[in-house]
Amino acid sequence: MSRNNLLSVTGFILLIALMPFIVGTGSYWINVMVLMGIYSIITMGLSLLMGYAGQISLGHGAFFGMGAYASGLLCTQLNFNPWLAMLTAMLLTCVAAYLIGLPTLRLHGHYLAMATLAFGQIMVITVTAEVGLTGGPSGFGSIPRLSILGFVLKDDLVYYYFVWIMVAIVLIISFNIIHSRVGRALRSIHGGEQAANAMGVNTAAYKVQVFVLSAAFASLAGSMYVHYVTFISPTSCELKFSVILVVMVAIGGMNHLWGAILGTALLAALPQFLKVFHDFDILAYGLILMLIMIFSPDGIFGGMASLINRLRHRHIKSG
Amino acid sequence: MQEGSTLLELTNVTRRFGGLTAVSSVNLCVAEGKIKAVIGPNGAGKTTLFNLISGVLPVSEGTIHFNGDQLTGRKSYAVARMGISRTFQTAAIFHNMTILENVMIGRHIRTKGQLLGAAFKTPRSRLEEKQMKVDAAHWLQFMDVNVDYNTLPGEQPFVIHRKVEIARALATEPQLIMLDEPAAGLDIRETEEMAELIQKICKHGVTPLIIEHDMSLVMEISDEVFVLNHGAKIAEGTPREVQQNKDVIAAYLGKEK
Repeated sequence: MSRNNLLSVTGFILLIALMPFIVGTGSYWINVMVLMGIYSIITMGLSLLMGYAGQISLGHGAFFGMGAYASGLLCTQLNFNPWLAMLTAMLLTCVAAYLIGLPTLRLHGHYLAMATLAFGQIMVITVTAEVGLTGGPSGFGSIPRLSILGFVLKDDLVYYYFVWIMVAIVLIISFNIIHSRVGRALRSIHGGEQAANAMGVNTAAYKVQVFVLSAAFASLAGSMYVHYVTFISPTSCELKFSVILVVMVAIGGMNHLWGAILGTALLAALPQFLKVFHDFDILAYGLILMLIMIFSPDGIFGGMASLINRLRHRHIKSG
Repeated sequence: MQEGSTLLELTNVTRRFGGLTAVSSVNLCVAEGKIKAVIGPNGAGKTTLFNLISGVLPVSEGTIHFNGDQLTGRKSYAVARMGISRTFQTAAIFHNMTILENVMIGRHIRTKGQLLGAAFKTPRSRLEEKQMKVDAAHWLQFMDVNVDYNTLPGEQPFVIHRKVEIARALATEPQLIMLDEPAAGLDIRETEEMAELIQKICKHGVTPLIIEHDMSLVMEISDEVFVLNHGAKIAEGTPREVQQNKDVIAAYLGKEK
């Protein structure tokens, strides 16, 4: 990790540690911020896929759902330990993502978006139809919580810290990957795929790898969600969620991991303010996305970064 | 491998795009340690020829051998791994990476680090990363790049982009380096410098195969010149022989009636 990133991560950890005291430790906002953290884990993976490998997935809501359903079912049907269920769910999701990614990522164009869209639909239809196992449209509950050394992660505030520690771990892992041989190979795809191939980089293989990794993150988030809410139904993983995840990454700035977190935080907080619009909230999402794409195509984080750079340059010139 | 033995051999290589034959039954040999130049008017099929050798495009007919191994049908990244590297007409460097990182991509096929090692920064991956930086800096020095390696290439002059791209290609440790118009966009002084660098590359044991429009550069550095027109060979020989060839003069200047 570079020095700049180290500084940002430290600042980030401080902010996360203090946040509950700013909004109030018993506040309803703790709950919102738990969800923000869980969604951030998905969008960081999605940002690696979109911003670095240049691919769009409309199935990350479904991978999230796979993690949630697999985790929930393994615990309630087969009495798995929640941690083991979480890992097993991630493995299953990786296999599914690999099978989708392998044939589609060899092709140029947005075939991945189409394949993942289809996968998402199949996933939602399956869990809705399997009423006996999953409870169908009404879902199922009584999913056990996570516990560490006998201490059950039940309290919202405790879960908040657990989630954001996981976010920090995923963030550090993602930064490590970006600044590695594999990360450079990924960035070279975005920088010019033909040149990357000419340097011996098997770009298709790396696209599959990052897609599988991002699906694993989504699955992890799904498990973390289901062991927190202790309930899951098909509405938590339908297409609208997948689209919102993509919008979060695009709004924050897909070339920056920080952008993914920023976009997620904004869009996860937004519904609290949009309640007055009832079912028209989707219009607000659309409007925000349009405005960002027109005025700051590199997302809010990208826009801010270039603004700071410009100001710094002007400062140097005048000084 | 001995100097002068055949490194690359194209036999009856043809490439058609629909009804258009871009490269037609070309036989071309590149000898180890000799600088070979492919010249020809615009649209003669030079870049297509490079794309066929480097596996960007499949051949329609014919075979390509490198060190006796069949290249035909291999993917671009596989060709690079066999020891053929290349540059592009437009200097296809990665603008989203620093100059050093650009050349580190060249070390990709000579290193092993995988996703999990990178994610958890294992000691082995740290060590490899360090070595990649050292190696990349070495090739940048070899190419006389005298700017801050840790900046984005964006605002640097074009000649730096060219040199970085060649350093990146050299970092793959190829036996053959294909340079697509290495002097395009350079001024006279920079072209002169590029000529010296290409000769230095050849002396270093990497055989250059170049496409070039700048005749003075071609005549100065090439050992052999291969002239392509309308996709077919019209002449081959030393620069002097080619310069006096009637067909070549006709292709470049038009026929005397």
